[in-house]
Amino acid sequence: MSEMLSATFITVFIATVIAQAMPLMLAAVGETIGEQAGILNLGIEGVMLIGAYTGFVVTLMTGSFWIGMLAGAIGGVVANAAMLVLNVWLGLNQIVIGLAITLIGEGITSVLYLQNYTSSPASLGAQPRMPIPGLSEIPVIGPALFRQSGIFWLMIVLILVLAFALARTSWGLSTRSAGQKPSSLDAAGGSVMRTRSTAVILSGVLVGLGGAYLALLTTATFSPHLTNGLGFIAIVITMLSRGRILIVMLTSLVYGLAVAMGPALQVIGFTVPADIIKMLPFIIVIVMLIVFARSSVVPPALGAPYTRGAR
Amino acid sequence: MKTETSSALVQGFVRSVVPVLLALIVSGLIMLAMGASPLDFFAGVWRYGITGSNWQRSLALMSPLLIVAIGIIVAFRGQLWNLGYNGQYLLGAVVASGLGPILYAVMPAFLATIIVFVVAVLAGAVWSLIPAILKARYGTNEIITSLVMSFIAIGVVNLLIKGVFKDPGVTTPQTTVIPEDQLLPYIPGTEIHIGFLIAIALAIVAQIVLSRTSFGLRIDIFGASPKAARHVGLNSTWMVVLLFAISSGLIAFAGSVDILGQFTYQRADWDPRYGDAVMPLVFLARFRPVAAIPFVAFYAVLATGGTLAAQQAGLNVDFLFVIVGLILLFMTITEYIGNRRALGQSYVPAGLRRTVLQPFTRTSERTSA
Repeated sequence: MSEMLSATFITVFIATVIAQAMPLMLAAVGETIGEQAGILNLGIEGVMLIGAYTGFVVTLMTGSFWIGMLAGAIGGVVANAAMLVLNVWLGLNQIVIGLAITLIGEGITSVLYLQNYTSSPASLGAQPRMPIPGLSEIPVIGPALFRQSGIFWLMIVLILVLAFALARTSWGLSTRSAGQKPSSLDAAGGSVMRTRSTAVILSGVLVGLGGAYLALLTTATFSPHLTNGLGFIAIVITMLSRGRILIVMLTSLVYGLAVAMGPALQVIGFTVPADIIKMLPFIIVIVMLIVFARSSVVPPALGAPYTRGAR
Repeated sequence: MKTETSSALVQGFVRSVVPVLLALIVSGLIMLAMGASPLDFFAGVWRYGITGSNWQRSLALMSPLLIVAIGIIVAFRGQLWNLGYNGQYLLGAVVASGLGPILYAVMPAFLATIIVFVVAVLAGAVWSLIPAILKARYGTNEIITSLVMSFIAIGVVNLLIKGVFKDPGVTTPQTTVIPEDQLLPYIPGTEIHIGFLIAIALAIVAQIVLSRTSFGLRIDIFGASPKAARHVGLNSTWMVVLLFAISSGLIAFAGSVDILGQFTYQRADWDPRYGDAVMPLVFLARFRPVAAIPFVAFYAVLATGGTLAAQQAGLNVDFLFVIVGLILLFMTITEYIGNRRALGQSYVPAGLRRTVLQPFTRTSERTSA
């Protein structure tokens, strides 16, 4: 009996780790692409919330999680458009614009949600599962890993493709050079502006997807300030990973582990105050920052708008 | 010469006021789109923020806002982006609401108030050490570290209020209510506590220190270029730590003033997020403490009246953050257009023109462009 209990316990634990890590992973990969191209987007907290809200509303309307995820991605791009126009094109202060996006994203999603859904709080229900034949029959890890939604697999493939593209393709090279030394990219005949534009749009897609994943698959609902600082954690993870997406994936899993620990401890019998569970990821992040302080390197041109000929 | 300075003043005024007006207009349009009446909202802001004795509530709100603004200005002047203000504010607040009742029980109110203020400032300053040292030693981005420390501070504050500082007589987690006669006194004839005067005095002192003393000049040199600062013999490590400590200490001080002046106790999970609201105003005031006073007054009215007005218009209070965010966006745009005008350049930057006009041209054909 106790063995049965521990088996389901581990299954639930692994599933929670993945559910908590995925939104962060998507957002951090999006932020990585932006940062590699030289754009520090402090607005991703707001972009995630907008992606989460649009994903939530569209899933409620259409009943399809897939269309909801698509809507989240579109919402993310729309929210990032402010960064695209004001920072990449006009060269205005990234910090100010990023904070503006965060504030507007938090404000507008909270106001809209409370106006439309407070009278009848809506839950999205169970996600569509796509058990993989054979593998999902493995005890313990089968139900946890191989009974995920198809969306999960699509996201993993997307992230791996981007990891490959950023490291090994010429697109990845121009993106990274836009963050390392934009003048070289310009001199080599590439367009800094176009490279950075593509990166911001792609980053919007991923961060929006991260928000939508959080609302649709992790929590199955929306609530105001749903992300609760997740966007900022994504920025830290991006800084620590130094542009390597595989490391982003690993650190996101560490975060998932930290979050899943709280409820798990409760099951074992330790009662941990909710405030400590909420603080834990941030404490881990600050410890990581202190321990790896020397290695949190960002691209040299990060934050600097590019003007041709300017020194 | 005289016309030059006056036209510069006019331009400064226009650049500061236009973003606010644009933000109010656009937020009005958003309200219309959401089916709420912007006219009712702004009439409500006027009614609940100014008329009757409501202006006194607005002025009382000004004191924490203004002190937070000064704290942010000190850091931003040195180009240190201290964004951990929410946590720093709450730390200061919890010192007042938690330690306050214990101290008031054993010593005269005056002495206890002084001790509360000192401990609050120290708590804020100590909390800023990690971001400051990481920044000074390794150049770790202080935006991120101060934000993360802020989230931790919020957790610590909640734990304190639910734990050692909890009022045992009440079921909801909150601190003991501080009795009327131990709070900061009112300015005679009004219901505005003297925190308002403290804030105004601090703004004037900060203005003088920042613009008229060698220390202020050192901050400006450091902000303009840490490298140049090192050349003229400034210790940049010490400067980062000091500026962060002053900034964070002031913001924590604002929290303790707010509890002792206005709220009298603190609930768990309470976070007014003054810093988020004040931050754009600080930019509009061009990092000048005295210039921040009118902007903070404007926001205090908007927030005091807007809380009730938003409820009446069927909106959530979070709508204020949309207005604040819009002010930030329009501020950068106004600044941009103003600079372009001043330089006599086209409004559209060269790079953008290329991207918009020939977005799909092959790279090889564009090398001559």
